[in-house]
Amino acid sequence: MTAFDFAFAVWETFYITVLSTAFALALGLPLGVLLVAGDKDGVLPLPGWLMHGLNFVINILRSIPFLILMICVFPLSRLIIGTTVGTNATIVPLVAAAFPFVARLVETSLRELDAGVIEAAQSMGATPLQIIVKVMIPESLPSLVSSMTTALTTILGYSAMSGAIGGGGLGKIAISYGYYRYQAGIMLVAVVLLVVLVQLFQTVGTFFATRCDKRLRK
Amino acid sequence: MIELKHLSKTFQMKDGAVEALRDINLTIPEGMVYGIIGMSGAGKSTLVRCINLLERPTEGEVVIDGEEMGSLSPAELRARRQKIAMIFQQFNLLMQRSCLANVCFPMELAGVKKAEAQKRARELLQTVGLPDKAAAYPAQLSGGQRQRVAIARALATDPKVLLCDEATSALDPDTTRSILSLIQDINRRTGITVVVITHQMSVVEAICDRVAILDGGRVVEEGTVQDIFARPKTAAARRLVAPAGGRTAREMASFAPDDHIIRLTFNGSSTAKPLVASLAAETGILVSVLSADTRDIAGQCFGSMMLRLPRDVSEARSAADYIRAQPGVTVEEVTGL
Repeated sequence: MTAFDFAFAVWETFYITVLSTAFALALGLPLGVLLVAGDKDGVLPLPGWLMHGLNFVINILRSIPFLILMICVFPLSRLIIGTTVGTNATIVPLVAAAFPFVARLVETSLRELDAGVIEAAQSMGATPLQIIVKVMIPESLPSLVSSMTTALTTILGYSAMSGAIGGGGLGKIAISYGYYRYQAGIMLVAVVLLVVLVQLFQTVGTFFATRCDKRLRK
Repeated sequence: MIELKHLSKTFQMKDGAVEALRDINLTIPEGMVYGIIGMSGAGKSTLVRCINLLERPTEGEVVIDGEEMGSLSPAELRARRQKIAMIFQQFNLLMQRSCLANVCFPMELAGVKKAEAQKRARELLQTVGLPDKAAAYPAQLSGGQRQRVAIARALATDPKVLLCDEATSALDPDTTRSILSLIQDINRRTGITVVVITHQMSVVEAICDRVAILDGGRVVEEGTVQDIFARPKTAAARRLVAPAGGRTAREMASFAPDDHIIRLTFNGSSTAKPLVASLAAETGILVSVLSADTRDIAGQCFGSMMLRLPRDVSEARSAADYIRAQPGVTVEEVTGL
């Protein structure tokens, strides 16, 4: 193990985490919006059975342990990436595990929004889509950025776990060198680097969440 | 012109139905500042939300300029709502947008070009007295300034109607006065019809031409502001015209059950004569003033006064009779006589 190996592993972990979060957000944001807007008091009420179904599926996906979910989505990884091993192949199970979680985070952020603001937009003749795009999402942006920081650090943890079944990055090093070959020193270095990454993501995320919040300008 | 015809609204709650509005019939003429007043829970917020159909009435019709709102398609309704602006107790500004962008918002929804919208928004901020706050965010403003931005935003699409839902209830008295005079000024200059929802009689007194009193989901009284002040026919109206008197009466009665307490209601002419002094001078009966709340409305004096009469029953009677004989004074017995 050289310093270069570690540096490359850090890059791989970073790459996996950021890309997985981006894809999870791409799926989770519309789903989270739907969960809030489709409510019976929402801006775009959807049939009750649809909302119950949606909630049920999200809960199922969230309750499957990540290790098992990873194995379950092997066929999907093979279909999209062509393999089940390696850095890119790790992204598929990570997205599958993270997007229902992201949807819930988005839902929570959007529900914090004061109903009065939505009512004001309705009183001006805004369409449901306009309310979602111009009111709900922009007004919740600071909270959404915080939520995405949480998602990022959680997905980072998952990505390390994926080292157990052929994923790349720091997780692989920690497991294959540290655990299988009893090289505690290497495991320790890998873990410390993971901690540093989490700290970094959290600091950057908090910085942006604070900076984009216009309510804090004095 | 806004016509509400047999309007009823029932909310289905877990523990049964709640009738928020019962058979409301009101006509609000164009260009008028119309007050709808009631205690909290009287149904005023529901009523104002029925006008732009944020709340769908269970029964009845809302007719604006001859058009029945309930029969419109969602797209038509949205188009009409651009001409029925609304301001709120909590202002409901977009906190992540600058003041200028807030005022631009309704124009953005209506598809007005950005440059044009910004130009108009700057003019409107000028109108409401905040030309230097275009780049500021709502969080940086005081409550009164926020409501001014909300008013500028409400006027952006050149509405025919302005609905004010407790628009001054979160503001201090000075700010309330300045916001009310701004609304009045806009009404006079543009001829916009204003519907003011409030629980404060002072707001109605300051700017309204006519007023409807809402109690328990019904309109119990309706008329010009002077008429309602001069001759409040119902208990609800009297409570609103002289809220302090109403409260004091019950309190006084419970403190001193043996006292004879009466409430006088003045309706215009009679406050010129020093009533209590002339009572003393002409009959020799001394009474004490427990509370008095009189005011000048459009050059006439209105108000109420609570008097404690002597404990001696015959003296109390003759004092009450003396006052009753005065023109323009209504006497109401609060405790025993």
